[in-house]
Amino acid sequence: MFDKYIIDPDSFANVGPEHAPTGFSFGTKLGYYRGLTLSMLEDLAVSLDGDDLPRDAISFDDGNGRIGLDEMETAYDRRWNFGAPAKLIVAYPGGLTAGKHTVSLRQQLRISYMPFPSVRFTEKTIEFT
Amino acid sequence: MKPKIQRGVSLYSFQEEMFLGQMNVEDCVSFAASIGAKGIEILPEQNMPSFPHVTDAEIAEWHAMLDRHGCHFTCYDMFLDTKLRKNRLMTDDEQVASIRRDLELCNRLGIRNMRILIFVRPDILERCVPYAEELDVHMGVEVHAPWYLDHAWILRTIEVADRLNTRHLGILPDMGIFMKHYPPEFRARFEREGARPEITQFIVDQHEEKVMCEYTIYEVAVKMQGNPAEVRMAETLRHAPYANPRRIGDFAPYFRHIQAKFYGMTEDCHDPSIAYDEVIPELVKAGWQGTLSSEYEGNRWVQDAEDVDSREQVRRQHVMFERLLGETA
Repeated sequence: MFDKYIIDPDSFANVGPEHAPTGFSFGTKLGYYRGLTLSMLEDLAVSLDGDDLPRDAISFDDGNGRIGLDEMETAYDRRWNFGAPAKLIVAYPGGLTAGKHTVSLRQQLRISYMPFPSVRFTEKTIEFT
Repeated sequence: MKPKIQRGVSLYSFQEEMFLGQMNVEDCVSFAASIGAKGIEILPEQNMPSFPHVTDAEIAEWHAMLDRHGCHFTCYDMFLDTKLRKNRLMTDDEQVASIRRDLELCNRLGIRNMRILIFVRPDILERCVPYAEELDVHMGVEVHAPWYLDHAWILRTIEVADRLNTRHLGILPDMGIFMKHYPPEFRARFEREGARPEITQFIVDQHEEKVMCEYTIYEVAVKMQGNPAEVRMAETLRHAPYANPRRIGDFAPYFRHIQAKFYGMTEDCHDPSIAYDEVIPELVKAGWQGTLSSEYEGNRWVQDAEDVDSREQVRRQHVMFERLLGETA
């Protein structure tokens, strides 16, 4: 429903020391028409230039503290609100190199009234400078 | 005397603009007021960032905002996260407690109708009836396509309501169950995704003839070797039923609110898909009292090709309602 908007293509930045980045980050929103408790985010899978990045390399920050994906699974008292921007931080030694990159994000949500996991997906080509 | 059938809007209708930060809740309410749709349906889990810890001060702000625009709340859309935990479902006690939490917030907001998700078990709702009665909230199980009024799952809720002789449990129809014609917005989207016009015409024709969906899906997927977009379009037929509007009168005592689902209105303010021209006369005939609450869901079908304009779509639907309700000459 909001798949095309779940990556903010203008938000990409490297993290860590400028001369030796430890990874990159980008803005995301929850692709759903309401907010969800974090425990129902089964996966936030990122790929870069066709390579799937490891789950344990990815962490989430909605402004209320950084949290890893495994830790999210038991975050029963923390919600990601509707339309609220958050940041995904990806450990990726060296960070993004300047130039064109293809990034995809797959949000797998556990929606109780759906018989199967609900998947949101988008792929964006970005020009990183 | 106020009309028996009133017009309103669910904030669900403006999800595209709210998601993108182009409208806030007051913009939605202000717009609804401008078209005479004074009844406001909310999804607290969408519209109230502090949910479930909504404070009295926040509730007072909501009421002050509604008052500024001459609007009022009509319905509270609840959710139930039975799969909150990865390793187990909520227990029955936890489900009852979650629904009770929503009933209490609904009552604090001064709302007397609650949309219950259709998957909530009737025996769980039976346990919630005493709380609903005490808090004076009607729990209406959403009759959403592909279910329909006479569906056996829905009849279980009706059976509970009858057996308990309660006025606080019933149903809440979503007008998507009256899809008489296949939505042009769906067809156009699948064609943009690569479905061939001769195949989409076949699917539309099959829906028009009310052929049971599994025949059409097999024809498209196997016999015609349909491409992925064509198969996906055929599979939408599983959720595109046309229930009999003449059954409305029999069920009218069990509902007080309607989610007026639609996918797109023509420029001259007709719904090309949902049979409102048959449904509304049945509601009038039944003497039904309640709110027709717009639920625009076309955004997801057109957002790949154009900027979504939920306000214009909702405005057109209300021109149609005014016409069908006889509010205009």
